[in-house]
Amino acid sequence: MNSAAARGIEAGSVDSQLADLAAASLAKEAGAQGAGGIGFEGVTVAYKGSIVLADFTLAVRPGEVLALIGPSGSGKTTALRAVAGFVRPVAGRVSVGGRDVTDLPPHARGIGMVVQNYALFPHMRVAENVAFGLRARHAPETEVRAQVESCLAMVGMAAFGRRYPRELSGGQQQRVAIARALAIRPDVLLLDEPLSALDAQIRHAMIEELARLHRSLPALTVLYVTHDQSEALTLADRIGILRDGRLRALGPSRELYRRPPNRFAAEFLGGANLLPVVIETPDAGNGFSEVRFGTTRLRALRPEGAAAGETRLLCIRPHNLTFVPGDPAANTVLARVHEVRWKGELHDLTLEAEGRTLRLASVPLRAPPEPGAVVSAYFAPDEATLLADEGDG
Amino acid sequence: MLVWSKRGRAGAWLVFGILAGVVYGLPAAVILCASLARSWNGVLPSGLTLGHYAQAVSGSSGAALEASLITGVVASALAVLNGTAAALALRRMEGMPRRVLDAVFFLPSAMPSVSIGLGLLVAFSRPPILLNGTIAIVFAAHFVLISAFTFGAITAGLARLSPDYEQVAASLGARPIYRLRRVTLPLVLPYLIAAFSLSFALSMGELGATVMVYPPGWVTMPVQIFGLSDRGDVFHAAALTILLAASTLAALASVSLVPARSAAR
Ligand SMILES: Nc1ncnc2c1ncn2[C@@H]1O[C@H](COP(=O)(O)OP(=O)(O)O)[C@@H](O)[C@H]1O
Ligand SMILES: [Mg+2]
Repeated sequence: MNSAAARGIEAGSVDSQLADLAAASLAKEAGAQGAGGIGFEGVTVAYKGSIVLADFTLAVRPGEVLALIGPSGSGKTTALRAVAGFVRPVAGRVSVGGRDVTDLPPHARGIGMVVQNYALFPHMRVAENVAFGLRARHAPETEVRAQVESCLAMVGMAAFGRRYPRELSGGQQQRVAIARALAIRPDVLLLDEPLSALDAQIRHAMIEELARLHRSLPALTVLYVTHDQSEALTLADRIGILRDGRLRALGPSRELYRRPPNRFAAEFLGGANLLPVVIETPDAGNGFSEVRFGTTRLRALRPEGAAAGETRLLCIRPHNLTFVPGDPAANTVLARVHEVRWKGELHDLTLEAEGRTLRLASVPLRAPPEPGAVVSAYFAPDEATLLADEGDG
Repeated sequence: MLVWSKRGRAGAWLVFGILAGVVYGLPAAVILCASLARSWNGVLPSGLTLGHYAQAVSGSSGAALEASLITGVVASALAVLNGTAAALALRRMEGMPRRVLDAVFFLPSAMPSVSIGLGLLVAFSRPPILLNGTIAIVFAAHFVLISAFTFGAITAGLARLSPDYEQVAASLGARPIYRLRRVTLPLVLPYLIAAFSLSFALSMGELGATVMVYPPGWVTMPVQIFGLSDRGDVFHAAALTILLAASTLAALASVSLVPARSAAR
């Protein structure tokens, strides 16, 4: 993440020309300097003295979809506003496509932005809305018309150019807002909770649509803000998790989901089960550690620098727990059934073990157990991670 | 509607009708009758005539109508321009400076019109700025009197405008002037129209300050009406009053016909 420091190390080990080359490629890797990426370097934003984005450093690579997720009020919108130039950081730099834009006014940044409620201009028809950015740049009329047509076609709204925004449904307004942002051919598209105003059904279709859109514009860098983890997991190459204005976790979506780096990431992304355990054998072979949960011995992926006797949090995803009706086998937790929820084909269960709640999601069961029954829940050791027990995360 | 039963609603309308009739209808009816009366000695006027109206649109009264319309349009246009500029400038301000400037712009609405007339007379009767005896001092008086209302109406409109529109416009590459012209002003147009209408109506009826500052040759309708009734020419004054009301309404109606498309929100 800290490419400057990495560059420094590199420069010390090779001669200067090579160092420059290495620095350039590192920078490209980091994305901050590559064409069309977005770079935050130590960005701090304060409203009336209270800091809402603290020392935020993040590099969105060119062509990447990076989702920024976090609870409401965690500073996601503020991060987008800093890129767009609607808010001025009190410290740090923002770059777009390798160009430092911190001191540029919004209109000089050339960024596509879709705000939460779309903000389509109500006094303009759909086509005029989409043409707005090009007209503001005094593009030739023939180009404007061609670009409006192709952008509306791209979002499937070609037939709606003469409508007014108020004559469109929420999903259609959303598409127009995206077309309007794309019409200026930005390298970077900022989306602020673009699906939050839509109902669940349309939201599903729109996720697909956005994925398709990005496949047709692979060079477009997308910074996607959402509080909905499933949107992030479906769409994003990488996910960053914000909390209280700080970046708490960052990584490739799958990686972050499978091996969350901390408690907050584990709970916010995917709602993990977290059990307090004590490390018995740090290296139990095959890359596993053996831990004790109450009196039960369990195996999980071996964390870095684990020592015997340390307490950790055992993190297991609800759908990685399966239900073993028979005798307790290896890596099972004995638990009492608290609640069984039937969801058609599958069941969601809540169990209780050693005073802790365990959630199981999407378990196929022929004969679900009664509440109060004692069962054993199994998980594969390579699907369980051990997190530092850092209090509230 | 708070009243639900059919009978209750009818009753409410009846009470409202009677009140409105007494408060608004009766004076208007009396004035209308007087404007058409040849003489009025008994309970009802006697003899109908349009003579007062003929008198009203010609000669000094016709000039008064013209003076009033021009004053109203000029003062309102200036007030809307000034109010828009002030409201836009103050929009981004916060805290103490904002409150102080708000108070400054609202101050004229708290001043009696006579004080404003007197103030202008005292201020502009000697160099460096000598406006006394010119039309400009009438415009100035009206402008000062209505500018607070205009400013208030436009500020209210801007406050209701989500900053999202302008920010999106900026992100699309629109510079401040382009943004103002294509986004901000069209979106607050309904409030500008309302502000202009209010200003115009206030200006058309203004008497207190005008009567203190008007130069010969720029007698506005209210001043003319005041003078006529002072001299006992009540019928002529009544005809002028009706004309004043009618022309104000006509002007307001034509303003409200400004394409509503852009006003859609
Ligand atoms: N214009 C503003 N003035 C003062 N505080 C603000 C403003 N905008 C946002 N905040 C505060 O900043 C914090 C982060 O807000 P925001 O970035 O909108 O969060 P998110 O988008 O993650 O929900 C919140 O606590 C919010 O109350
Ligand atoms: Mg937000």
